[in-house]
Amino acid sequence: MSEQPLQAPIRRPATPMLRQIEDRPGLKEMALGVPFGLKVIGAIMGLGALVLMAAVGYLVVDGRLDGQWYDVRDLGHAVAGLRDWLDGEGVDHRLTWLITGALGGLAIMSIVGGWLLIGSWVERRVIAKFQIRMGPNRTGLFGLLQPIADAVKLMTKEIIIPRGADRFLYYIPPVLVFVPAMLGWAPIPWAPNMAYMDINVGVLYVVAISSIGVLAIFLAGWSSNNHYSLLGAMRTVAMMISYEIPISLALLSVVLLTQSMQLSEIVAFQGHYHVWMIAIIPFAAFAFLFASTAEINRSPNDIGEAESEIVAGFYTEYSGMKAGLFMAVELAHAILVGALMATFFLGGYTLFGLEEWVPGYLILAAKIGAVYFLFVWLRGTLPRFRLDQLMGFAWKFLIPLGIIQAFIVAIEASVFVRVDAPAFITLGAFAVVNLASTVVMVRFWADRLGYAPAQHATKPELTNALGGLKAAQRLRS
Amino acid sequence: MASHAFEVDQTGTGSAEPFVLNIGPQHPSTHGVFRLRVVMDGEIIRDLDMIVGYLHRSMEKLAEERTYTQNIPFTDRADYLAAMTGNLGLALAVERMTGVESPDRAEYLRVIFSELQRIASHAMANGTLVSDAGAWQTPLLYMFREREKILDLFEMTCGARLTTNYMRIGGVAFEPPAEFWPALQELLDELPERTDEYAQLLVDNEIFLARTRNVGIISAEDAINASLTGPALRGSGVPWDLRKAEPYCGYENFDFDIPVGKVGDVYDRFMVRMEEVKQSVHIIRQAVEQIPPGPHKNDIPLALRPEPGEIYSRIESPRGEIGFYLVSDGTPAPYRFHLRSPALINLSLLRELGEGASLPDAVVTLGSIDIVLGEIDR
Repeated sequence: MSEQPLQAPIRRPATPMLRQIEDRPGLKEMALGVPFGLKVIGAIMGLGALVLMAAVGYLVVDGRLDGQWYDVRDLGHAVAGLRDWLDGEGVDHRLTWLITGALGGLAIMSIVGGWLLIGSWVERRVIAKFQIRMGPNRTGLFGLLQPIADAVKLMTKEIIIPRGADRFLYYIPPVLVFVPAMLGWAPIPWAPNMAYMDINVGVLYVVAISSIGVLAIFLAGWSSNNHYSLLGAMRTVAMMISYEIPISLALLSVVLLTQSMQLSEIVAFQGHYHVWMIAIIPFAAFAFLFASTAEINRSPNDIGEAESEIVAGFYTEYSGMKAGLFMAVELAHAILVGALMATFFLGGYTLFGLEEWVPGYLILAAKIGAVYFLFVWLRGTLPRFRLDQLMGFAWKFLIPLGIIQAFIVAIEASVFVRVDAPAFITLGAFAVVNLASTVVMVRFWADRLGYAPAQHATKPELTNALGGLKAAQRLRS
Repeated sequence: MASHAFEVDQTGTGSAEPFVLNIGPQHPSTHGVFRLRVVMDGEIIRDLDMIVGYLHRSMEKLAEERTYTQNIPFTDRADYLAAMTGNLGLALAVERMTGVESPDRAEYLRVIFSELQRIASHAMANGTLVSDAGAWQTPLLYMFREREKILDLFEMTCGARLTTNYMRIGGVAFEPPAEFWPALQELLDELPERTDEYAQLLVDNEIFLARTRNVGIISAEDAINASLTGPALRGSGVPWDLRKAEPYCGYENFDFDIPVGKVGDVYDRFMVRMEEVKQSVHIIRQAVEQIPPGPHKNDIPLALRPEPGEIYSRIESPRGEIGFYLVSDGTPAPYRFHLRSPALINLSLLRELGEGASLPDAVVTLGSIDIVLGEIDR
């Protein structure tokens, strides 16, 4: 041991950066430092919210809220009330239809727009926590104004059109790519009477709408006159077309079991039997989630805009707000997939009877948030697949097994209709059968494909002997 | 050898123009200003050209105008991710040339700092490799956590984090401050744990394994023929490490093992680096135990005038064999100063590895070779 004072206490962190981090006030100090007036206002608002909740609870128990226009649990009643009032005033029914339609559209746009405002902040903060960073924290409280600052920055930037680009086609995609992200929201029920367009072929509509996005992406890649863009577009198109099929097969299982293509019916089925589809057909739920990440270009399947390979993929050449729109639509797609996932597999706006008390749209929003968190989590954790691996996974794994799963579910659906047994017995049996069949299928198919999970995680050999080629051969044998 | 880029006909009809992709010089995964010109056939690379020189600063020529001590900062800027070993390489070369001795304590400090630098550099290399594989920078930032602490140790000792300029001819520049030792101890205690944490995050990860196993395989024969060194060579299974083969700074007194891979793929190179981090921790522990008291530096003349002659001196940098070829004409400045850059020579095999591979595989392979452009271009 040396004469150095090994146990010398560290009075202060030794470097400026560490000192700065130590001097930063914690959350508790910041909360205590709020001015007295703001504390009073906060207390009053909290008390008011409690009183309001108590009043709503009283009305709910009393049964006086059901079907009233001021029923906060289901804003569909408010719109219906407005429509009845307008009709009563003698307004042309076409105008009435237009007004209520515009209101609904506005609502959807504000949901998406509102999410664009906070979504990027949420994603960046959450992923920063995964990555032991702080995330945006300089613009406003906790960096909440960061998305606005980003948007202002992007809008003020110059939009560069590459030489040789097809100008007309180059301008369309950033706008076109938003269309399916908005239209997809139409059939999603937020509460029993609260869907913008509760059509009876809702599932078909969702599948159809989701394929429009390919067009915009391919236009973007083609018109940019850039090889990275073209490669990204090619990858994305290949991906989207491949993963349409697992999505359709997964939704087919749901449709077979619930006997309906109407999204509100699918949710009502789950609410009625107090079961989530993910429990009955886990394979379909997994296939839908995984295929969706490929469909919307999110990690671990974000090969269309794989940064380390093809820079930004199909939107490499876009700058300013045009690039910003492509980035924004990614957020919009993520919550749309969250909503679809929640509707099809996670019980939609229902939560085991709680929807009687809590507004259904809040429950759905919470579920969307949960799925979104899962997406961020995946993005913060997993490396990216290679294109051939991802395509192989779709064609060799998800599609054959999806067909088998749909076949099994079809038999179960006919049993469910014909057998007069309590639902919890039949559905419980289906859940067990499907889980078991999924495990068997996956194991069997993985063996068939030659995939052996046990071959992994070898460690390098430790040696003390030196040498060249002969030593290498000796070590290897 | 493949044909030249523009002679490749992808479709066989003779009508298509080659799909040329310029990866770099500004690209997220080229680790600097490195340019790859690849001819693609769909996702498959048919031909690949490596173009270097964007960071050329004429170091070797500039070095001829400066004294040996004044040249040490250049080695910081050559391999800027492993400045300590660069410094040490030059200092040792000049010491061997002139016969200057450095005190015992300085030798131990040199070992401690170059092993710390090796950990920091391997953290960077493996982190960027996983980023290239598409993990959205999470492993990179986890590995940066330890790298930051190491850079803090450097900052405490010599005031700089990257361009340390710490090693001197005849010793080291500064004695570490009192805070250094407990901070180092803390780091050493948590490093093995943290390495296991990364292993949990990555080595058990199916996607990471699918992306790295059996990708970019370099056989032991190819590795030796291309004179690869460092983890790229050891990943191919060749047990060769200058710290054992030609011990310097008293490495012969320390107990450590050489990790070697089995297949020679990207995964093996990754794992060899992970294992080397553990071995470096082991070495530093022994060095901290054994470090003797005494001066950290011998006094040497301000302008060293070596006898006319030449020397090639090499040490094991995190990237492989960094060698200094110095020719002296008896003046205080070297007549010729040549840096054998391990990254440049390791990179030379990329063309063979890339052809026929897919673009993502080539990117991951490039990441696993761990290039530093400052050293390649000099």
